[in-house]
Amino acid sequence: MGIDRREFIRIAGLSTLLGLGGKGAFELLAPGRVDAEIVPKPEAKKGKRWAMVVNQKKMDDHTARKCIEACHRVHNVPDFTNPPNDKLKLDPAMANRYQIKWLWTEHFHNAFPGEEQKYPQEHLAHLNFLLLCNQCNNPPCVRVCPTKATFQREDGIVMMDMHRCIGCRFCMAGCPYGSRSFNWKDPRPYIKETFPGYPTRELGVVEKCNFCAERLAQGLEPACVEVSGGLLIFGDLEDEKSQVREYLRKYFTIRRKAHLGTNPQVYYIV
Amino acid sequence: MADYKNEFGVFAERPKVEKKIFDRNKIFAGLAIFVVLITIPLWQNLGKVVAAPTPSLDTPVIKKLADKEKKCIMPTDWMRANHMQMLVDWRDNVVRTAEQKVTTSRGREFVAPDGKKYLASLTNTCMECHSNKAQFCDQCHNYAAVVPNCWGCHLETGKKLAEAK
Amino acid sequence: MLENALVGTRRYYGLLALLAGIFALGFLVYLKQIQVGLGITGMGRDVSWGFYIAQFTYLVGVAASAVMVVLPYYLHNYKAFGRVTILGEFLAVSAVTMCILFITVDLGRPDRILNVLKYPTPNSILFWDMVVLNGYLFLNLLIGWNVLECERHSVPPPKWLKPFIYLSIPWAVSIHTVTAFLYAGLPGRGYWLTAIMAPRFLSSAFAAGPSLLILLCLLVRKYTKFDPGKEQIQSLGKIVTYATLINVFFFFCEVFTVFYSQIPDHLLHFQYLFGGIAGKGRLVPFMWFSIVGMTLTALFLVNPRLRQNETTLAALCGMVIITTWIDKGLGLISGGFIPNPLEQVTEYWPTVPEAIITLGVWAMGFLILTVLYKIAVSIKEEINA
Repeated sequence: MGIDRREFIRIAGLSTLLGLGGKGAFELLAPGRVDAEIVPKPEAKKGKRWAMVVNQKKMDDHTARKCIEACHRVHNVPDFTNPPNDKLKLDPAMANRYQIKWLWTEHFHNAFPGEEQKYPQEHLAHLNFLLLCNQCNNPPCVRVCPTKATFQREDGIVMMDMHRCIGCRFCMAGCPYGSRSFNWKDPRPYIKETFPGYPTRELGVVEKCNFCAERLAQGLEPACVEVSGGLLIFGDLEDEKSQVREYLRKYFTIRRKAHLGTNPQVYYIV
Repeated sequence: MADYKNEFGVFAERPKVEKKIFDRNKIFAGLAIFVVLITIPLWQNLGKVVAAPTPSLDTPVIKKLADKEKKCIMPTDWMRANHMQMLVDWRDNVVRTAEQKVTTSRGREFVAPDGKKYLASLTNTCMECHSNKAQFCDQCHNYAAVVPNCWGCHLETGKKLAEAK
Repeated sequence: MLENALVGTRRYYGLLALLAGIFALGFLVYLKQIQVGLGITGMGRDVSWGFYIAQFTYLVGVAASAVMVVLPYYLHNYKAFGRVTILGEFLAVSAVTMCILFITVDLGRPDRILNVLKYPTPNSILFWDMVVLNGYLFLNLLIGWNVLECERHSVPPPKWLKPFIYLSIPWAVSIHTVTAFLYAGLPGRGYWLTAIMAPRFLSSAFAAGPSLLILLCLLVRKYTKFDPGKEQIQSLGKIVTYATLINVFFFFCEVFTVFYSQIPDHLLHFQYLFGGIAGKGRLVPFMWFSIVGMTLTALFLVNPRLRQNETTLAALCGMVIITTWIDKGLGLISGGFIPNPLEQVTEYWPTVPEAIITLGVWAMGFLILTVLYKIAVSIKEEINA
């Protein structure tokens, strides 16, 4: 064999690169053999810019809890603070670290930090504000995602593609509202009752409220809106005749951290 | 040593070095062991018969279907070859669209060539009929040593079956 | 040239074995993390980045510091640094490798890491971070390897290498600037939302990196027959001095803006780090040690006699490394996430598995560093003989 060590390593290296690269290129460039015809359901809700108005003036704790329960149930959101069996019990600090929240409540000074005053309106002082992803029109989380796993649909909904998320959590750092949760632990054992209409998630991906995009596609209202008894109003901002536009015309509303330029689309009647 | 040539060919002649293999025995012994190890999958299973996969269509929903309705949303042969790509296309279309640049969800319903519409959902369409994952899906997947990750998130029991229970 | 890494003293083999052992332990715990999830670390919903990303941020700085030996030598013909450029470049290779490893262990779905290449997203800084980190790794390997090999055969490096060398200079600045931009563009994080983030990153990088390089040069002089040189170490010492002074100055600039304007969005994070909020303040002693230590170290470094005495210089460099590490490796991430956007305080501390995985990655970095330095030093010894 008239080959020396350097040449041998070079040939081996090149062959490996060609082999791996060839396989990779084949997979990337291989034509998809199927062009699936997927169409929207005729009853799907159509909107140009979805938004939500939360009537905090009339909101009570019971309704808030119903909304949260409905949302978390139809999306198989695990509850680490209340595991279905005692063996899975975690200490409170750990449970809070792992907790996944799509919809949750906070007091005014946490929901609107910096806006609080020492002597607030009495009603406001202990009011539980319903918080969720604001589905911003200028979302910083979408700006920072390196794979477009979170992206903005043309109807305004900021979607999560669980299939693509690499779990880098840059979007969590970018969200000014604390609306995103990460799957630090396998969620399935902590789901009380599996809802078959929506998948669960696996370890290692980020999730958040998606304005019930899958329910909108079936022509249904978001789960929280459905059980809120009219205290949550959902609709198309671009439709002048929609209820959200009516409420925005009639009532004074505030948004969370609007000065940051994220253009949040959840409005609160206080 | 002003006359030296490396692979970039910038300098002068490389001194001639007699090339030979050192440790000939060790090298060939090593090569032989390598060949044996790398071909283990081939000769280790010589003579062993691995049963062909037998996916079973014995599920309550399929049994209830009338004979002329007893077909999948696409022909069986097509499904066998393409269900993976079809599911990926469903996934991309329901969450995003097939074209990477557009990021709206196109819809939820798959239109089969015969015009019938089905909900584009693994759990709530495919698994409704094929509710026996271990006797159906896993049969071929185990045989081909393929581990699809779908069921890590997508549930095995669809809405209708869950309600029936 | 690799054959130089395969032969060495017993001490060399012992060091390799020790580092490989620590890496193996870290790897085993990492397998557990893949199985159980990132919940095995101390991170949570509020502090969603922790020790891993903090190490990555610190090490990008160390990697960028190679430019501090490359620039004077190649751009300004400061011949003395010819002896140590290879050490700087190989340190950069080791540091960038550790960065990439830390990012990988921090990912929730490392099996999908190629999605960043498959779906390039130019508006995401993380995408550019991947580009510049891998580019810098490639550049330093290419340049370091070729220059070393040419040195071994006593010939000047090939002409085509020059553009790569010149490119590596702004590229070094870019890797740390891009990393700073990861933090500095997030509207919801007041601690990080400051234009001085990138300059601060660079100044602490140019303090920490050359400090580490000085310590490594002293070790190389002690344990091998290659002497990087007293003049080289003194020059590096001057760089460390100025960089540390600038770093302290930048910090005080931040403190002024935050404490004079008194906007809670920015103020609360400093209050948490240096005073604690509502009784929660595990980082307070560390942060005070860091800033007081860094200031005093900077002032001591100004004294030429303390710099010229290599023992005191080594001690001061050690202090620079420790204080900059606390500032970037502990304070930066926690400070950014605490309090959270809802002004709630959830503290963070790395867990034991997290620490072991971290040590494993550091061990791999030092393993690569040892191997590369062995090659470089052996060749330097060879040509000096």
